[in-house]
Amino acid sequence: MREQGHMHDHPLLEVNAIDTYYGDFQALFGVSLRVEAGQVVAVIGANGAGKSTLLKTIAGLMQPRGGDIWFDGELIENAPAFAVVKRGIALVPEGRRLFPSLTVEENLKIGGQLGRPGPWTLERVYELFPVLAERRNLPAPALSGGQQQMAALARALMANPRLLLCDEISLGLAPIIVRDIYARLPQIVAEGLSLIVVEQDIVQALSAASHVYCLQEGRIALQGPAGELTRESISAAYFGV
Amino acid sequence: MTEWANVILQGVLIGGLYAMFAAGLSLIFGVMRLVNIAHGDLIVLAAYVALIVTQALGIDPLTSLLLVVPMMAVIGYALQRGLLNFTLGEDLLPPLLVTFGLSIIIQNGLLELFTADSRKLQAGAIEIETFQLMQGVWVGVLPLIQFIVAIAVIAALQLLFYRTPLGRAFRATSDDQSVAQLMGLDTRHIFAMAMALSLAVVAIAGVFLAVRANFDPAIGPARLIFGFEAVIIGGLGSMWGTLVGGIILGVSQAIGAQIDPGWQVLAGHIVFLAILAVRPQGLFPKVSG
Repeated sequence: MREQGHMHDHPLLEVNAIDTYYGDFQALFGVSLRVEAGQVVAVIGANGAGKSTLLKTIAGLMQPRGGDIWFDGELIENAPAFAVVKRGIALVPEGRRLFPSLTVEENLKIGGQLGRPGPWTLERVYELFPVLAERRNLPAPALSGGQQQMAALARALMANPRLLLCDEISLGLAPIIVRDIYARLPQIVAEGLSLIVVEQDIVQALSAASHVYCLQEGRIALQGPAGELTRESISAAYFGV
Repeated sequence: MTEWANVILQGVLIGGLYAMFAAGLSLIFGVMRLVNIAHGDLIVLAAYVALIVTQALGIDPLTSLLLVVPMMAVIGYALQRGLLNFTLGEDLLPPLLVTFGLSIIIQNGLLELFTADSRKLQAGAIEIETFQLMQGVWVGVLPLIQFIVAIAVIAALQLLFYRTPLGRAFRATSDDQSVAQLMGLDTRHIFAMAMALSLAVVAIAGVFLAVRANFDPAIGPARLIFGFEAVIIGGLGSMWGTLVGGIILGVSQAIGAQIDPGWQVLAGHIVFLAILAVRPQGLFPKVSG
């Protein structure tokens, strides 16, 4: 059934009916999702819908109890996080979570410590985010929220992933800063990355993505091409009305 | 006057040895918040390993370091990977209990293998050599060498932590284990490397101890106390602070001993308690929590 040898006829990421639990609490119910190479997919939903849980499961920080996850034709749902990064999936975690004991540059360097080959080097991420170059030797906590978000994004890019998972990168940031960060995403996709963007801010997510999944209480309530979904259907799926 | 200069000098030099006891402890607490109750006993274990190596190969203690340090590092890696990694988690208690048990096992194991006889490693003439620093002030060559090595070890650890990828990995893992994994770091391996490094330092401390004084299976816990005190006086997370802590402890003990030989250890404890009361975070704390 699964043809692993054919590089071009399977999606980059295929999540099939995964169930993820926090202890006894089930957070995801049979969630399925696909990302084709070069695509930007948005996952939207209210607080607690399971968006972060989904990304953590894909990234290997959590293991699903049911279902499977295929990345470029290989099963990864049981792989631990450090192995998943090696395969080429990087997560920009919710809340930035830069290493506070490290400087900005050290945070970026440790993002690249696997040494995966690719276009993203220290120079390239500094080109993308010049403000980080100016503050490279400052301790990470000294940066503003928007700068920290850029640093977290840059740190994930340093791993030269093929799939980048962005967990609520607009959280807690002023709209102008959010626009600034989202403006860089096309450059990142142009380098050959695919993206999953998780957001509570629907407008930003829909403008960036070609395909949208809406999570509601751990289930996919709606999915489709971004341009084809109506406001009403999205509201209904988002709020569960 | 010169009598006190000698006393304080002796105290400073033995402070280097105490800093060596403490450095491995400080490192482990800094990287993985693990308090290793067996730390002092591991120092004594290293001394016995050096005993076997020097007797079996007929080499002197300082040369034996070339073997003892890698051996203890491998033991440290295996210990962390095989046992202590499984105790790490939210709760502070399991590592304490397990390392406490380990302490007892090591002490009794050594007792079985080596009996309670007091031992000492012979380093030869260097043990009693001295030179005159200035009028009336004499320095022992061996204590001075140990002090210089202690400074070198702490400088090397600082360098490792702040200028190398491994050090970066240590600091990141200590900050945030989950996100460290997102960087591709296998935290089980990182923790094991930290313990290997800690025991490499323990090996040096053990050999120095064995050359400096008599040792037997039971002296581990006292070394642990001195190590703890040095770390806490200096401030958690600061390597140079640990050196300062060791020196303060050594000098306190030396001054106490000069007043009355029975007061040596007590003087150290009193100074420790005083500093803990006035400045509980230590003199140069780096770790916030």
